Amino acid sequence: MSTAHPLQETSGFDPLRWRRDFPILSEKVHGKPLVYLDNAATSQKPRAVIDAVSRYYEHHNANVHRGVHRLSELATADYEGAREKVRAFINARSTKEVVYTRGTTEAINLVAQSFVRPMLKSGDEILLTQMEHHSNIVPWQLVAGLTGAVLKVVPITDTGELEPGAFERLLSPRTRIAVFGHVSNALGTINPVKEMTAQAHARGVLVLVDGAQAVPHMAVDVRDLDCDFYAFSGHKMFAPTGIGILYGKQALLEAMPPWQGGGEMIRIVRFDETTYNDLPHKFEAGTPDIGGAVGLGAAVDYLNQVGLAAIEAYEHGLLAYATDRIGSVKGVRLVGTARHKAGVVSFVMQGVHPHDLGTIVDQEGVAIRTGHHCAMPVMERFDLPATARASLAFYNTREDIDALVAALDKARGVLA
Amino acid sequence: MNDSLKDLYRDVIVDHNRAPRNFRKIPDADRCVEGFNPLCGDKLTVYLKLDGETLSDVSFEGSGCAISVASASLMTERLKGKTRAEAEQLFDTMHDLLTRADAPADAEDLGKLAALSGVREFPSRVKCASLCWHTLKGALQGDGAKPISTE
Repeated sequence: MSTAHPLQETSGFDPLRWRRDFPILSEKVHGKPLVYLDNAATSQKPRAVIDAVSRYYEHHNANVHRGVHRLSELATADYEGAREKVRAFINARSTKEVVYTRGTTEAINLVAQSFVRPMLKSGDEILLTQMEHHSNIVPWQLVAGLTGAVLKVVPITDTGELEPGAFERLLSPRTRIAVFGHVSNALGTINPVKEMTAQAHARGVLVLVDGAQAVPHMAVDVRDLDCDFYAFSGHKMFAPTGIGILYGKQALLEAMPPWQGGGEMIRIVRFDETTYNDLPHKFEAGTPDIGGAVGLGAAVDYLNQVGLAAIEAYEHGLLAYATDRIGSVKGVRLVGTARHKAGVVSFVMQGVHPHDLGTIVDQEGVAIRTGHHCAMPVMERFDLPATARASLAFYNTREDIDALVAALDKARGVLA
Repeated sequence: MNDSLKDLYRDVIVDHNRAPRNFRKIPDADRCVEGFNPLCGDKLTVYLKLDGETLSDVSFEGSGCAISVASASLMTERLKGKTRAEAEQLFDTMHDLLTRADAPADAEDLGKLAALSGVREFPSRVKCASLCWHTLKGALQGDGAKPISTE
């Protein structure tokens, strides 16, 4: 087995070096060392992120953009400093294009409500794909329901790729926006987002990319992709929960009305008229998650230190190893075998329901996700009620995969 | 296998999962109600044939994890020939067994159903075991049209 995947050995990437930075990975579960393979649900947090958040609350905590006192200035510098780190991380032109949200879900809802809803007329179309997470389906159904617009769905193949040519074919004169995931959380498929964006733009259609599953695994350059909106969450890229990002092209964000009203997003409030703050604050009503933003900035620093190119190469080798090993377990069938994949191995086992698998491998200390992965249309496409899913991060090792495989054999022994 | 896992997947559970009893449709059922657990995708249909106050036949169909299939199988086996009042009473007993840590798991009237008490150690699995029972309650009380969800 060790000679079949030379990438891990030749890349010089040492997961154990980075693994030590994650305190929770030393925990025991049911008396066994924790094997954490549920990274697509949420990633673990390195000491650098945990410490940055603690330091903020211990030394700098105050409200931002408010007081003239020292702490408020420090907190504002932390908060806006993190925004600049995120800007550089995704190569946005300006911090005006980087809006803090609670996460990917809120970022998508913001675009649906503020940008898309006002322009929709009955019969207009929103183009999405069959592999979307519910958070990139339901916000569009909501605005479609209010306006009489309809959803058009790009079907997926048996391997879990977008049907060739279908995206371009479904772009129509009525398409108002095209929305799709960069990486599928249920199947691991990497979509050709740059090509899809170019195809949409050629027909004058704007694009939103759900990047939640991409940013922890590969370098993302929004200018190179040329997408109009890009949404992602902090907690899947080693930052705290409750913070996320909406990237949007400045001209689009400027033309959009505010989504939520409150403090911070205003310039002058009078009862007869209120003028709004500049970008990006126009979309950040109320006191934000300052500690979360600080943690996100620290996570960006940390990812830069590890190196996304090195992460991508290492995980590519680990995914090949995991695919090989899990796929070789007796009775196992892989779900999602696209040519280009990142981080995810979804599977089912003959005679053992995924839910039982999840419980049994948990008793061995192995954490995987079982269920529909908030992608019920994907389950329907493959005619499955649920799958088991192992999802990787750069701190995972071949030993983690081996532990899962041993636990799967045990599950088969119990039930199959 | 450790003790709590052994307690969850007892032989009787594994047996009823591998070979579920009364796993069939009743074509002329008086009641037929669907139950759904959206969290894990477990889906089953419970069929009742009534003869006055007596459940003359009980069956189920569907797909789900070992716990939900075994629970449904054990339920149908137990209920055949019982009265509606007895079935309602058994629902209450099972509800306590699955959710209350202090409910006796060795009561004589439980019989094989006591095997389901192992789920109490697995909070995320309680809904798997209780799905068929909630569906049964819906079938006993309703007119058979409304699907039952555990969420």
